[in-house]
Amino acid sequence: MLNFLQRLGATGLETLAVFGRSGIIWWHALWGWPDWRNGPRLLIRQLYFVGVYSLVIIVVSGIFIGMVLALQGYTVLVRFGADQALGQLVSLALIRELGPVVAALLFAGRAGSALTAEIGLMKATEQLASMEMIGVDPLKRVLRPRLWAGMISMPILAQIFNMVAIWGAVAVGVDWLQVDAGSFWANMQSAVEFREDVVNGLIKSVAFGAVVTWIAVFQGYDAAPTSEGISTATTRTVVYSSLAILGMDFLLTAVMFGVK
Amino acid sequence: MGGSERAGSGDNLVEVRGLDFRRGNRLIFDGVDINIARGKITAIMGPSGTGKTTLLRLIGGQLRPDRGSIHINDDDIARLNREQLFRVRRKMGMLFQSGALFTDLSVYENVAFPLRVHTQLPEPMIRDLVLMKLQAVGLRGARDLMPSELSGGMARRAALARAIVLDPQLIMYDEPFVGQDPISMGMLVQLIRMLNDAVGLTSIIVSHDVHETAGIADYIYVIADGKVIGEGTPEQVMSADEPRLRQFIRGLPDGPVPFHYPAPDYREDMLQPAPVVPRL
Repeated sequence: MLNFLQRLGATGLETLAVFGRSGIIWWHALWGWPDWRNGPRLLIRQLYFVGVYSLVIIVVSGIFIGMVLALQGYTVLVRFGADQALGQLVSLALIRELGPVVAALLFAGRAGSALTAEIGLMKATEQLASMEMIGVDPLKRVLRPRLWAGMISMPILAQIFNMVAIWGAVAVGVDWLQVDAGSFWANMQSAVEFREDVVNGLIKSVAFGAVVTWIAVFQGYDAAPTSEGISTATTRTVVYSSLAILGMDFLLTAVMFGVK
Repeated sequence: MGGSERAGSGDNLVEVRGLDFRRGNRLIFDGVDINIARGKITAIMGPSGTGKTTLLRLIGGQLRPDRGSIHINDDDIARLNREQLFRVRRKMGMLFQSGALFTDLSVYENVAFPLRVHTQLPEPMIRDLVLMKLQAVGLRGARDLMPSELSGGMARRAALARAIVLDPQLIMYDEPFVGQDPISMGMLVQLIRMLNDAVGLTSIIVSHDVHETAGIADYIYVIADGKVIGEGTPEQVMSADEPRLRQFIRGLPDGPVPFHYPAPDYREDMLQPAPVVPRL
C-alpha cells in the first residue's frame, strides 16, 4: 500500500515537473521582442514546412470525409423524406466539429510528429547545444517560429478541410444522389451562423494548433538524445496531441454550444 | 606538481574553484580547482566517463555547478541570467565531438551563421570573413557542400571555422581527435596550435588521446574519480609517479583504475541459477 502511494506520489510529482518545464519553455520561447531581422524569414519557412506540407493529407482526407458524411447522411435523411436538409447536416457537422477536430488530428500526425523528430534529432546531434554556444537561444530561434507557424497554419488548414469536404459532399449528394442543388445550398446558407459556427470553429482550430505545436516542440526539446528517445517522443506527440484535441473539443463545445 | 608555476590569477581567463557537480546520486566533480591560462593550450585529460565533456558544459554555462564557482574574466558563469549567459558565450567557441553543423545549411552558411545573427556586417564583408576562415581550415573549395557530403574530419574542420568566425577569446575542443584518420588528426593538431598562436586564442582541449594532446598542450590536468589527480607541463605529467596517472598515461589495462566494473564474486556469480526469461 505504502509502495503504491509512493509510486503514485512520484508519478504525480513527475507529471507536475513536466507541465512546469513545458510551461517555462513555452514562456521563454514566446516572451520577448520579435526578431524583425530574421523572424519573418524563419516564420515563413516554418509556415511552408508545417502548413504547406500538410496540405495533401488535409485535402485528400477532406474530400473523402465530405463524401462519406454525405452518403451516410443521405441514407438516414431519405427515410424521413428530409434529404433536402443534407447541406445543413454536412455544413454544421464540418464547420462546428469535424473540420477543426479531424484537421487537428491529421495535423498532429503529419506536422506534430515531424516537428518532434526534427527538434529531437537537432538535440541528439548537438545542433541545439552548438547554437547555445554560438550565443543564439534555440528557444527563440528554433521553437518560436515553429510555435507561431502551428498556431497560424492550423485554422487555415481547418478552413481548407471544410471547403474541400463540402465540395466532396456536393459531389456525392448533389451530383450522384440527385439531392436538389438549390435546397442543398439554401439550407446550408440558412443554417450556418457566421458568429456562432464559423468563428467558434476557428477559435477551436487556433486552440488545437497551439496545443499540438506546444506538445510537439516540447517533446522534441525534452527528448532523450538517442534513437529510442526520439522514437518515444514522436509517439508521445501523436498520442498526447490526439487526447488533448478530443478532451479540449468537448470542453470548448460545452462552453460554445452547451445547452443554455 | 606544477601548481606553484601557474601564472597569477590575472593571467587566467578561466578559474574554476571548489567545483562540485552531481548527476543523480553520482558525484562527478568533488572540489575541483582548475586554472586556464590566457593564450595557452590547456588540456583536460582522463579516462572515459570521468566528466571531461561535463566540465566543458559547466564552463559554457550549459550546466550549473552544485557548489563552487566558474569565472570567465570577471563573470561568474553560474550566477548569470539567460541573457547575460548568451552575451558571454559570444566570446567563446566550442568544437563539438560530432561537429554539430546545422544540417540544413551549407558549409558556407554554417560558418556565416554567427556573423549573420550577431553582427550587422554587409554581405561582401561576411563573404570575405567566411572565406578567410574556410581558407584557414583548408575548406574554401568545399563551401557549397552540405554537411552530409563531408567526411568526419572535414565536418570537424568546418565546425572549427564556424567556432572561430567571431574571433572568440576562448575556444573549447571536445575530443577533437576521436575517430580521425592519421592525416585528419595531423591537420587538426596543426590547426589547433596555429590558431592558438596566430590569433592569440585561449584553448581548452578535452581528450583522452595522450600523445596527440601532450604534443600541443602547454599545461595538462588529469581528472579521475571526480578529482584532479595530476597537473603540470606535458613533461611533468608524462614522468609522474602517481599510480593512477601512470596507468592512464601508459595505457595499462589494469591498475588502480580497475579493468572490471564492480561485481559480486565471479565464482559465486557463475553458480547462481539462471533467471527464467520467457522466450518470445
